Amino acid sequence: MLGYIVQRILAAIPVMGFVALFVFLLLRLTPGDPAAIIAGDAATQAQLEIIRERLGLLDPLHVQFFTWIGNLLRGDFGTSIISGTPVLQMIASRLEPTISLALTTIVLSVVIAVPLGVIAAWKQGTLIDRFVMALSVVGFSVPIFVIGYVMIQIFATELRWLPVQGFRSITDGFIPFAERMILPTLTLTLLYIALIARITRTSMLEILGEDYVRTAYAKGLTEKRVLMRHALRNCAVPIVTVIGIGFALIISGVVVTESVFNLPGIGRLTVDAVLARDYPVIQAVILLASLVYVVINLLIDITYVFLDPRIRYS
Amino acid sequence: MSSNLAAHSEESPSRLAQLRAIILGSPIVLIATLLLVAIILAAIFAPFVAPYDPVRLSPGQRLRPPSEVNWLGTDAFGRDLFSRVVYGARISLIVGVGAAVAAVLLGLIVGLAAGFFRTLDAILMRVVDGLMAIPNILLAIAIVALSGASLWTVLVAITIPEVPRVVRLVRSVVLSAREEPYVEAAVAAGSSTWRILTRHLLPNTIAPLIVQGTYICASAILVEAILSFLGAGISPETPTWGNIMAEGRIYFQINPGIIFWPGLVLSITILSINLLGDAVRDALDPRMAKRGIDR
Repeated sequence: MLGYIVQRILAAIPVMGFVALFVFLLLRLTPGDPAAIIAGDAATQAQLEIIRERLGLLDPLHVQFFTWIGNLLRGDFGTSIISGTPVLQMIASRLEPTISLALTTIVLSVVIAVPLGVIAAWKQGTLIDRFVMALSVVGFSVPIFVIGYVMIQIFATELRWLPVQGFRSITDGFIPFAERMILPTLTLTLLYIALIARITRTSMLEILGEDYVRTAYAKGLTEKRVLMRHALRNCAVPIVTVIGIGFALIISGVVVTESVFNLPGIGRLTVDAVLARDYPVIQAVILLASLVYVVINLLIDITYVFLDPRIRYS
Repeated sequence: MSSNLAAHSEESPSRLAQLRAIILGSPIVLIATLLLVAIILAAIFAPFVAPYDPVRLSPGQRLRPPSEVNWLGTDAFGRDLFSRVVYGARISLIVGVGAAVAAVLLGLIVGLAAGFFRTLDAILMRVVDGLMAIPNILLAIAIVALSGASLWTVLVAITIPEVPRVVRLVRSVVLSAREEPYVEAAVAAGSSTWRILTRHLLPNTIAPLIVQGTYICASAILVEAILSFLGAGISPETPTWGNIMAEGRIYFQINPGIIFWPGLVLSITILSINLLGDAVRDALDPRMAKRGIDR
C-alpha cells in the first residue's frame, strides 16, 4: 500500500513540472513582446527596458526557466508589476473569501446532492428521478452569473432579506459574514449539486444492477439495508472522484461568483490581474490553483485505497 | 452541431432516418431542436431579424424597459437590446461550433497517435494530465489576456482546455479497439499503419466524438460568455451575450433585463445543445453514458 502511495506521489511531480513549463512558456510564446503587452500601448522604450530587466527577459530561455523554478521552490513567486507587493502576500490576503466560499459549497452540495442522486437511482423513472435529472441538466446549462443575478434580484432587491454584494471578514462577527456569504454559496452550490447528483445517480444505477445487490435482495434483506450496506458503500469511489473533478469546476465557479458578488478573493485578484496584465500574479495563481488540484487528486487517489481494497492490487 | 449531423446524414438515408427518430423521439428534444434552429436562423439572418442597428446609440432613450418600440428595452447607451441579443447569437454560435470542431480534430489526431504509438503515449499523456490540472477558465483568461482579445484568440483560448478530454476519449476507444480480433487480423495481414488507423480505428471514434462535440459546443458558448462577462473576451464594442451582460452589471438595479434577457437566451441555447447531445448519445449507444462519455 505504501508502494502505491509513493508511486502516486511520484506520478504527480511530472504533471506539476509540465504545468510550470506551460505557464512559463505562455508568456514567452504568445505573439508579441511580453514587456510591451504588460506595459500597454503608451509605454516608452525606457519603461520596456525596466520591465524586461525585472522579468529577466534578457537571459536565454532555459536560464530564465531554471531561475524561475529555483525561485518558486524557495517560495519566491515574484512581485506584482502594478503594486510591487510580493505575490504570495497578495494571495494570502485574499484567501478568506475564496476558501470560505469553496469549502461551504463543497460540504453543502455533497450533503444535498449525494442523497438526491441515490434516491433518483433507487426510484428510477419516477417523478423524483425526473426532477433530479432536470435539475442537473439545467444546472449545467444556466451560466453561474445568471443564477447569481437571479438570486440577487429575488433575495436582495425584491425581498430585501440579504445584502446585494460585498464581503465582511469573519473576524468582524459571524452574522455580517454569513449574510454576505449565503447568496454566493447558494449560487455556486446549485452548479455543484447538478454535477454530484448526476454522477451519484449514474454510479448508483450501475451498482444496483450488480450481482451482489441481487444476492442481497435474494437473501431477504430489506430495501433500506441493501441500499445502505451494499450499494452506497461501493458508490464512495465514484463520488470521491467527482469531488476531485469538481474541484477544477469550482475554481472556475469561484472566479465568476466572486465577480458577481464583489468578493475580494482569489478570483477577483485573478480577474483584476488579467485586466491589468499583471503577469507574475496570473502565473502564481494558475500555478497554485493547479498545485491544489493535483494535491487534491493525489489525496483522492490515496483515499481510494481505504475505500476500495481491490485497488491495492491493481 | 445539428448542421454537422445533417451533413453526415446526407451520406446514407438510414442516418437521416436515425436523426429524425432522435428529434421526434421526445417532445423535449423536439422543442430543443426547434429553439436551436430558430436561434441559428436568427443569427444567420440577423440584419433582417433585428429591428435596429445593434451598435446605434440613442442617448435620449437610455435604460428603457421593454416596450412596443424596443421589445426587450434598451441598454445604458440607448441601444436596442433585442437587436443586440440577435447579433450576439452570431459570436456565440461561431465560437461554439468552431471550438467543437477544432477541439475534436486536434484531440482526434493526438488521441489516435497516443493510442496507437505506445512510445508517444507516455509523453502525450503527461502533457494532457498537466493541461487538465490547469482550471480551464484561468487558462482561457490568461491566454486571452496575453495575446490580446480577438475572435481568434478567444477561440484558441477556449479550444485548448477542451482538447485533453477529447484526447483521453479517443485514446481509450483506440486502446480497446486495437484488442479486437479484426484489428489483430489486419496487423497480421500486413496492413499499413495508416490503413489500420483510418480504416479500423477511426470509425470507432466517430459516434462518441459526435456526442462529445455537442458537449464541447455547449461548454464553449458558456466559457465565451464568461470570458466576455469578466472583461477578458472579445472587445466590448462587439455585441456578444457576455458583453451585453457585462455592461448591464452597473445598471442591474435600474434595468435587470440587460442581464436577464441575454442570460435567458444563452441558457436556452446551451440547454438545447446539451439535451440534443444527450438524445444523440442515448440513440447512438445507450452504454455510452456509463463509459464516461458525459459532460
